[in-house]
Amino acid sequence: MATDSSNYQEEVLGQADVMLGPGQTFESIDRDITDIVLTNKPPKAWWIGLGIAGALMGVLMLSVVMLLFFGVGIWGINSPVGWGIAIVNMVWWIGIGHAGTLISAILFLFRQDWRTSINRFAEAMTLFAVSAAGLFPVLHLGRPWMVYWFFPYPNTLGMYPQFRSPLMWDVFAISAYATISALFWYIGMVPDLATMRDRAKLKIQKIIYGIFAVGWRGSATHWHRYEVAYLLFAGLATPLVVSVHSIVALDFAASVIPGWHTTIFPPYFVAGAVFSGFAMVLTLTIPLRKIYHLEHFITLRHIDNMSKIMLANGLIVFYGYLNEVFFGWYSAHEFEMYMIWNRMTGPYAWSFWALIFCNGVVPQLLWMRRIRRNTIAIFCIAIVINIGMWLERFVIVVTSLHRDFLPSSWGMYTPTGWDWALYAGSAGFFFFAMFLFLRWVPMISIFEVKEVVHKMEHKH
Amino acid sequence: MKWNQEELSREDLLSGKRPGQPTAILDSAQAAQQAKADEIVFKQHQDRRLDLAEVRTALAGKEGVAYWNSLEELCEDPAFTELMAKEFPSLPETTEGLDRRSFLKLMGASLAMAGLTACTRQPKELIVPYVRAPEEFIPGKSSYFATSMTLGGYAMGLLAESHMGRPTKLEGNELHPASLGATNAFAQASILGMYDPDRSQAVAHEGDPSTWQAFIDALGQQLTSQDATQGAGLRILTETVTSPSQAQLLTELLDKYPRAKWVQYEAINRDQAYQGAQVAFGEMVDTIYHFDRANVILALDADVLGEGPAHVRYARDFSTRRDVSGGSTDMNRLYVIESVPSITGASADHRLAMRSSDIERWMRALARAFGIDAPGPELSGAEQEWMSAIATDLREQGSKGVIVVGDRQPAVVHALAHAIHGVLGSAGDSLTYVEPVAARADVQTPALRELVEEMSDGSVELLLMLDTNPVLTVPGDIDFGDALQRVPFSAHLGLYKDETAALSSWHVPMAHYLEGWGDARAFDGTFSIIQPLIAPLYDGKTSQQILALLLGDTETTAHDLVRNYWREHGLSGSFDQDWRRALHDGLVADSAASAKRVQAQATFDAYEETSSDLEVVITPDSAVWDGRFANNAWLQEMPRSLSKLTWDNVVMIAPATAESLSLTNGDEVTVTVAGRSVTGPVWVQPGHAQNSISVQIGYGRTQAGQVGSEVGFDAYTLRSSVAPWFAVGASVQSTGGRHRLATTQMHGRMEGLKDRKLVRVGSLAQFLQNPEFAHEGVHDPAEDETLYPPYDYSQGYQWGMTIDLNRCIGCNACLVACQSENNIPVVGKDNAAMGRTMHWIRIDRYFAGDMDDPEIHHQPLTCMHCELAPCEPVCPVGATVHSADGLNQMVYNRCVGTRYCANNCPYKVRRFNFYQYADETTPQLKLMRNPNVTVRTRGVMEKCTYCIQRISEARIKAERDHRTIQDNDLKSACQQVCPTQAIAFGDINNPESEVSKRKAHSLNYALLGELNVRPRTTYLAKVNNPNQLLGSGEVA
Repeated sequence: MATDSSNYQEEVLGQADVMLGPGQTFESIDRDITDIVLTNKPPKAWWIGLGIAGALMGVLMLSVVMLLFFGVGIWGINSPVGWGIAIVNMVWWIGIGHAGTLISAILFLFRQDWRTSINRFAEAMTLFAVSAAGLFPVLHLGRPWMVYWFFPYPNTLGMYPQFRSPLMWDVFAISAYATISALFWYIGMVPDLATMRDRAKLKIQKIIYGIFAVGWRGSATHWHRYEVAYLLFAGLATPLVVSVHSIVALDFAASVIPGWHTTIFPPYFVAGAVFSGFAMVLTLTIPLRKIYHLEHFITLRHIDNMSKIMLANGLIVFYGYLNEVFFGWYSAHEFEMYMIWNRMTGPYAWSFWALIFCNGVVPQLLWMRRIRRNTIAIFCIAIVINIGMWLERFVIVVTSLHRDFLPSSWGMYTPTGWDWALYAGSAGFFFFAMFLFLRWVPMISIFEVKEVVHKMEHKH
Repeated sequence: MKWNQEELSREDLLSGKRPGQPTAILDSAQAAQQAKADEIVFKQHQDRRLDLAEVRTALAGKEGVAYWNSLEELCEDPAFTELMAKEFPSLPETTEGLDRRSFLKLMGASLAMAGLTACTRQPKELIVPYVRAPEEFIPGKSSYFATSMTLGGYAMGLLAESHMGRPTKLEGNELHPASLGATNAFAQASILGMYDPDRSQAVAHEGDPSTWQAFIDALGQQLTSQDATQGAGLRILTETVTSPSQAQLLTELLDKYPRAKWVQYEAINRDQAYQGAQVAFGEMVDTIYHFDRANVILALDADVLGEGPAHVRYARDFSTRRDVSGGSTDMNRLYVIESVPSITGASADHRLAMRSSDIERWMRALARAFGIDAPGPELSGAEQEWMSAIATDLREQGSKGVIVVGDRQPAVVHALAHAIHGVLGSAGDSLTYVEPVAARADVQTPALRELVEEMSDGSVELLLMLDTNPVLTVPGDIDFGDALQRVPFSAHLGLYKDETAALSSWHVPMAHYLEGWGDARAFDGTFSIIQPLIAPLYDGKTSQQILALLLGDTETTAHDLVRNYWREHGLSGSFDQDWRRALHDGLVADSAASAKRVQAQATFDAYEETSSDLEVVITPDSAVWDGRFANNAWLQEMPRSLSKLTWDNVVMIAPATAESLSLTNGDEVTVTVAGRSVTGPVWVQPGHAQNSISVQIGYGRTQAGQVGSEVGFDAYTLRSSVAPWFAVGASVQSTGGRHRLATTQMHGRMEGLKDRKLVRVGSLAQFLQNPEFAHEGVHDPAEDETLYPPYDYSQGYQWGMTIDLNRCIGCNACLVACQSENNIPVVGKDNAAMGRTMHWIRIDRYFAGDMDDPEIHHQPLTCMHCELAPCEPVCPVGATVHSADGLNQMVYNRCVGTRYCANNCPYKVRRFNFYQYADETTPQLKLMRNPNVTVRTRGVMEKCTYCIQRISEARIKAERDHRTIQDNDLKSACQQVCPTQAIAFGDINNPESEVSKRKAHSLNYALLGELNVRPRTTYLAKVNNPNQLLGSGEVA
C-alpha cells in the first residue's frame, strides 16, 4: 500500500481503506509511539492542557470539601427534584465510558482491525470516565461517609444491603465494569509495557516498566496465553458493555415517576451510551492526532468508521425519543401525557428542543461522506453530541421529577454554582488523568499496529 | 390528666435538670435565614462564641486577679464593648458600622477572650438522685397540666405535656369551651415562644443591664411623687384585660391613685363591634354564636373559622354540621362575602368577593329586605341576586339563621346584623348575647389617642406598659415612639426587648404564660387558670406582679397574687378543694357568662356613598397575628393557608386588578394612602376582591429578634386611628424592584381537576342521588390483581388514617402541632424558597374554576404509609421498611441519603435534611424537644411516622392493662389538634374504630389510587351544600 506521494494526507489517507499511513515498519512504529513517552519533551499543548485540567482538579477539591462540610444543600436540589445534575453527570460519564470497552471488546470479537489504533486510548478514556462517574453517586449522598453500607460485607449490625434497589445493582454493575475495564486495559498493554521496558534509556524507567511488564519476553507461549486471556476478557467485557448502562437505566425505569417508568430505557440508554462514548473518543482523538502527529496511525478511515457507528447509534437514540413521545400519547394515561407535553412545552422545553437538535438533527450530517472525513466538522459534531447527551439525561432526570403527580408539589430546579463546580471538577479529573496517561504509557497499542502492518504486508 | 402539683417550685422541678442559665444569646433556633454565605458567617460566629457566664466567673474569680489585669483594661476598650454588645444583645447596643480598624480591634479582643474562656476551669457538677422525688416525676413518663393561653386577652384552655419538668407540647383542654380538646397554630407554636433564645433575659435601664431591685427602687421613688398628686401623672397601658385578678389589682390601683388612668389598646381590637352594639342596643355586648345550631350562616368580612377568641370552638361547631359521613344529611350552608380570601371563605358553599367598603351598602339592602329602615342605594346584578337568595334562605331558617360580621366592618354593619337577628329571633337559638367578657370593655382607639396627647404634652410622668408593644402596634397616624420619649419614667414589661422596650426607660422581662401564674376568661366568659409549667427561665415577672408593686407589694409571689384573688373574690366554699379542682380542670366550672336580654332598636342614618377608588384593607396575619409572633420561626415558616407564602407579608391583589396595573408576584410596589406609604412585594391572590388591595400587619419589625426582625414591611404605617381596617383612595406605584417570595406551592390549580381527581367534590344533591360519586370514572386496581400473596395483617393492629375534606378548613394547626410533636426543624426563607421546607404534614391548596372567583380546596397530606410503598424497594440500604402493623418506617440511623425514595414518592411527602437544619447547640431548644423523637441530622430523609412514639406509648399502656389499643388511647398529633376533627386515625383491623367506619363510607377514596400503591391515608370527598338559587349546585 505504499505510495510515492509524500502528501499522504490527500493522496492516500483520502482513500477509504487505509488504516495506517505508508512506509511504516516495526521499527518506525516502536519509535514513533514510545518516543512520545520516553524521550520527547511534551508539546506545549500538553502543558497547557495539564495546567487547565489541574486547575479544574483544584475546583473539584474545593467543591468536594464544601460539599462534605455543608452538605448537599449547597446544590440546587430540593423537593421534588431530589436528584439534580450530579446524577445527570454520573449517567453522562458512564455513557462516555462505554466507547472504550465497546471498541476493545466488541470490535475485537468482530475482528475489526481498524480498532487497534484507538482502542488503548479509548479504554483509558473509559477508565477515567467511569472513575469520574463514580464520584457522583458517592458525593450526592446525604451522608457520603456511610457509602460502605452499599456493600454486602459481614457486620455486627446484621444488616445487608437491600437487593431490590436498582441503586444496589448499580454498585455491582459499575464496580464490575470498572474492574473488568481496568484489567482488560492492563492485560492488553503488557506486551507494550515490555517494549517500553526494552526501549527505555533511564534505569528508573526500565525498572518501573519492567515491573508492570510482568516478565513478558514475547515467547510463543506468552503470546498464546495472551491471546487466550485477551479473548476471554473480551468475552467477559462484552455483556458488561450492555449491562452497565442497562442497569443505570433501571435506576429510572424501576420507579413509578412518569418519564422514568419506561421499559424502553435499557436498550435506549445503551445506544445513547455508545453514541456519547464515540462522540467523546472523537472529541479527544481529533486534537490528539494533530498535536502528536499521529495522522498515520489514526487515519481518516478511523474517523469515518467511528462517525458511522455514531450515526447508527444516534438513529437508535432518536428512535427512542420518538417512541417515548408516541407511547406517552398512546398510553392515554393523563400523567404520562402531561409529562410529554410538559417536556415539550413546559419550563424546561428549551432542554428538550436543544436535545432534539443536538442528538436528532445534527447527527444527520454524518450521512455525508464529506462531513465524515472532515475532522473539524466531526470534532464540532462530536462536541454537539456530547452536549446533547448531557441534555438527554437532564431532560430525563429533571423534567420528569419537577412535575410528577400532584401539582401542589411541583417545583423548579436550578443548579447552583457548586453543582457546576463539581461537574467542571469531574471534567478536570478526567482530563488530568488523560494527560498523565498520554505521558506515561503508549497511547496506541504498538504490537497491534504491528500486527496490522504484518497483515497488510502479507496481503501484497 | 393527673392531679398536678399546685406549686411548681423551681427547686423541685429544676434542680439538677436545668442546664446552665443560658446567658449568652445564641443563634436563633432555626438559624432562620441561613443562606450559604450566611452559614459560613454563622459558623465563624459560632467559633467565636463566648459564654458570658464563664467570662463573669473568670472576671470575678479571685485566683485570677493578676492574670486578668490586662483583661480588665480590655473590658473598658470600646472595641470590647462593641463585641460584647454583638455577642450579648442584653448589653447596650451600638449601631455604628464596622470599619477596618475597629474590626481588627474587635478581632483582637475576641482572641483575648477566646484565650480567657479556654483557661476557665469548668465547675464541678454532681449527679445525684433525688432524696425525695417529686410526686409523679418519673423519667420517661410525661405528665399533663391544665393551663391557658391568651390571645387578645381571651383564654383558650390547654393541657401542657411536661417531661421531667420541661413543657414540651401543648394540647387542647377538652373541658375548656374555647378548645374542646383542639388548639390552633398559635397555641402550638407558643412552646417555641417560651424557649425562644431571643427572649429578654434581664431588666434593663436605658438599655443597660440592671436588676429587679434597682427597678423596684426607681419605681418607688416615682410613686412617692405620684402619691402627692393622687397619681395624676400615672398611666397604665395594657392590652385587652379579661383577667379577674389583674382587673382587681387595677381597680385597687385606681382606688389608690384616683387620678391615674388605665388605658387598653389591642391592635386587633373589637372597637367597631362594640360601637355597633352600642348603636343597636345602647350598650356593649359580646355575641356568642352557636354554629352547631345554625342552618344558614352569613359571614361578612369575618374569618370566623380562623380568627377571634372562639375560632377553634366555632370551627368545631361548624364542622359538626358539615358531616354527612355519619348518615346525616342535615348540612348547614355558609355564605361568605369578603374582600380578602380567608379560610372561612374557602370553606363556604358560596363565596362572593366584595370590597370591604362595599359591604355596608350590601348589608343595608339585606336589612331592608327584612323590613329594617336602612337607607341606601338599591343593588343590582350579582349583588342583588345574592342578597335576595340569602334573604330568602335566612328568612326560611328564622332563628336558625345567623349573620357574623367581622371586626373590621364599621359599627353600622354590626348594628344592622343585630337588627336582622332581632327579626330572625336568632338570639337564644343560634347566638347568645352576653355582657362583655373583657374586664372593662371599651372603645380603645380614642383612649389611646388621648393617652398619646397627654404623653406628648408632658402630663404623663409615669407610664407602665404591661405586655404590650404600642410603638409597633399603634396606627401609623399616631407617633407613639415620639410621645414615649417625652415621658420621664416609662417602664415596659414584655417577653422581648421589642420596639417599645428600646424607647422606654425601663424594661422588665415578662414571664411567659408557661412560666407565670395568671387567669383569664374565655370568649364565653369561662374563668380559666393560667398555670405555669416551669419556673421563669429568665426571672420574668407577670403583669400582676408589676401591678402589686405599684400598690407597694414587693413580696407576694405571682402565684399568691392569683390564688389570693380567687380566695377572696372568686371561689367560695371549701377554697382549697375548689382551687385544686380549678387547677386540675384549667377552668372554673360553670362560669360562662349568662345570656343577656337586649332589644335591637336602631335607626340608621343615610348611607354615605364611598368612592370607588382603590381600597386598602389591613388584616391580621395568620402567622404573626399583630406582630407578637414575629420571632416564632415555626409560624414564620408556616405556609399561609391561602397563599402558601412563608417568611413575608405581601400586598395582596386580585388577578384582574394586577393585570390592570401590570403587576405580578414579587413586584415591589409602594402603597400610599392618606400620605402614608409602605413598600412591599405584590402577591396576586385568586379570589381577592377587585379594586382592593390588602396588607397584613405584624411584619417589618426592627426589634423582634433574630428570626422576626427585618422580615416584611410594617403595614401599621398604613393604618389610621379613624379608619383602622380599610380605607379608600389608595394608590399603588411600582418601584421597579423585585422581591423574592418563598412560596411552598407554586401551582394552585389541579391542572385539569377533572382528570386528576385529586380533590373530589360534589354537592349535597349529587351525594344524595349518587353516594358513590367520588368513585365515578376512577379505576383503582383491585387488591387481588397481583401475583404476590398479600401480607397477613389479621393478627394485631393495622394503622390507618382518613382525612375528611369536608371538615378540613386548612387552618394549619396540624402542621405546627406536627412540627412541635416531631421536633421538625425550620429551614429559613432561602431554603423554603428552594422547596426544602420540612413539614411532615403539608396542606395542599387548590383553586378550581374562575381566577377571580375560584373554589378553594384544602387537602392535607401526610405520608400515606402505602401498603405497596414505592419508596421501600428503591432504598439501597433498607432504611425505609414496612412494619408488621402496616407502617412505612424510616430508619434514620440507616439512611445514607440517596433521596431515591423521595423521588419515587408519588405524593412527595418525604423531607430531606439538605443541611444540618436541626439546631443542636442552642440549650433552650434542647429543652423544648420531644424526648421521644429523634432529632435528625444532616443528610437523612424523614417523613410522617403516624406519630409512632404515641403508638408505642399507647401499646405499652395497653399491654400493661392486658387489653388492645382503643381509639381513645391513641391520637396522632395532627388528629389531636384538629379543631374540626377532620383527621381520624387508628386501627383499621378494628371495625369499631372511627377510622374504620370512615373508611367504609362511600365518600372514602384513595388519592392516586390508580397507581396501586394502596395508601393507608385516605380521604373523604368534599360535599358542598349550594343554594339552588345561586347556580346549579353542580360542582365543576
